[in-house]
Amino acid sequence: MKSSWVIAKRELRSFFDSLVAYILLVVFLGISGFFTWLFGSDVFFIGQATLQPFFSIAYFTLFFFIPALTMRMIAEEKRSGTLELLLTKPVSDWNVVMGKFLAALLLIIIAIALTLPYYITIWSLGPIDHGAVWCGYFGLILMSMTYISIGLFASSITNNQIVAFLLALFIGVFLLIIFDVLSGNFTGLIGQLLDYLSLSTHFDSISRGVIDLRDVLYFLSITVFGLVLAETSLTKRNITD
Amino acid sequence: MSIVVNNLTKKFGTQRAVDNISFEVKTGEILGFLGPNGAGKTTTMKIITCYMAQNDGDVKVNDLSILEHQDEIKKQIGYLPENNPLYNDMPVLEYLSFVAELQNVPKDKISNRIAEMVNLCGLDIEKHKKIGELSKGYKQRVGLAQAMIHDPAILILDEPTSGLDPNQIVEIRKLIKDLGKQKTVILSTHILPEVEATCDRILIINNGKIVADGTADLLRKRAQGQEVLRVQIAKPELRDKVFEALQSLDTVALVDFDNENNSSFIVNSKDNASSREDIFHMCVENKWVLTEMTPLETKLEDIFRDLTTTN
Repeated sequence: MKSSWVIAKRELRSFFDSLVAYILLVVFLGISGFFTWLFGSDVFFIGQATLQPFFSIAYFTLFFFIPALTMRMIAEEKRSGTLELLLTKPVSDWNVVMGKFLAALLLIIIAIALTLPYYITIWSLGPIDHGAVWCGYFGLILMSMTYISIGLFASSITNNQIVAFLLALFIGVFLLIIFDVLSGNFTGLIGQLLDYLSLSTHFDSISRGVIDLRDVLYFLSITVFGLVLAETSLTKRNITD
Repeated sequence: MSIVVNNLTKKFGTQRAVDNISFEVKTGEILGFLGPNGAGKTTTMKIITCYMAQNDGDVKVNDLSILEHQDEIKKQIGYLPENNPLYNDMPVLEYLSFVAELQNVPKDKISNRIAEMVNLCGLDIEKHKKIGELSKGYKQRVGLAQAMIHDPAILILDEPTSGLDPNQIVEIRKLIKDLGKQKTVILSTHILPEVEATCDRILIINNGKIVADGTADLLRKRAQGQEVLRVQIAKPELRDKVFEALQSLDTVALVDFDNENNSSFIVNSKDNASSREDIFHMCVENKWVLTEMTPLETKLEDIFRDLTTTN
């Protein structure tokens, strides 16, 4: 666990050293702020003290940002050979994956935490459902974990960053849109299954303020699944026939 | 710390990159790993450092098998991989402290160790720069520094002097020799004089198999078998006479004219005998002036070529 933390610290520092972090924070706050306050179905248009517009826009921006963040994390180490250097230290494959996961998650949490002023501002505008807000934040973090683990998996199976990015988006599109659309077309068991697999179903119910254990379990299990797959694809080098 | 490699085999598809090799390295020994490109040197090193799993066989570091005790073994090893991969966007000092933390160097000793490594590897002027901004030679030094930062008992260096200038090469070789007194060192290289200059023992491998194992002198003797001398006598007009006299000596097996120099001869002594004294006495008796008598050594290059091209 200690090695994971050492790796996470290094990754986080490299985000801030390479401007990636600043660009991400500025663009994320910019876009989510723009759509929350100024444009489309923003707060003033709805006329309610709610953070719902922010959550639905953050939901889509993170969908693009997280793969951009994770695409280089393992692919670049594989390409440049630093992975070999890392794994010949007393560090396991799982430590490496965990370290990268923690670093990306921390950066996303920082980005989300910086939107707390939106919450405070809206709170001052009118009566706000505090439970729904905190649930929404909780849901965003759960969803970010899911995306990060998918992004890390995509990054671990290739040493090309663009391939990793596109693959993560591709998997994301299924969870975000395709399962949702398909579930409307099917009835019965298949419909239910697709509905369960769709990320938006689970996110919507959490961001409305209903925390159901099944939803939490959904996000956590995809996260763990993604991380285990990423580790497996690193360990693959050891497979001998 | 001793390393024992036992019947190690690694296959890539159908190709056997390492084919059933066994060898042993004792504490305080510097082993030079020689071989043409693709002979299996790097693969063997990757297996010993627990990066890659073998198909068959075992490696024991200090009686611990790499199949079971990876973490303990990794702590004992300092490894400089081929091509020296580094994080180019990190400053040198930050990188060294990152590696020290990963290697579980106690917090209060980290800055000491880093200062020591910076000193040892001559990184003082460049220590605040980002690694990507360094020249190849300095990057190589950073690679060496990170390999040694936790004071490992075993050093595995894959082409440690590539990219260094001649002065640095001499420094690094001296460093490796000094380190080799207490540590076990395995280094691979293409540069043959380097092996002679630094290693106690040489292991030549070709097509995944060990083709020679021993000190440089031992390999030379084995390849050569007999003493070969170049003899020059002052007067070229005596050529034929000297030739006959040399041929008639008891210890001489074969005499040949030197193609490059008219008044020189190449003298092959008989097995396990030296003809140097006989030649000297013969010249004294005949009052010939001996202007040159040089033992010709087979160069390590020749041995290497012989061993790696014949099979």
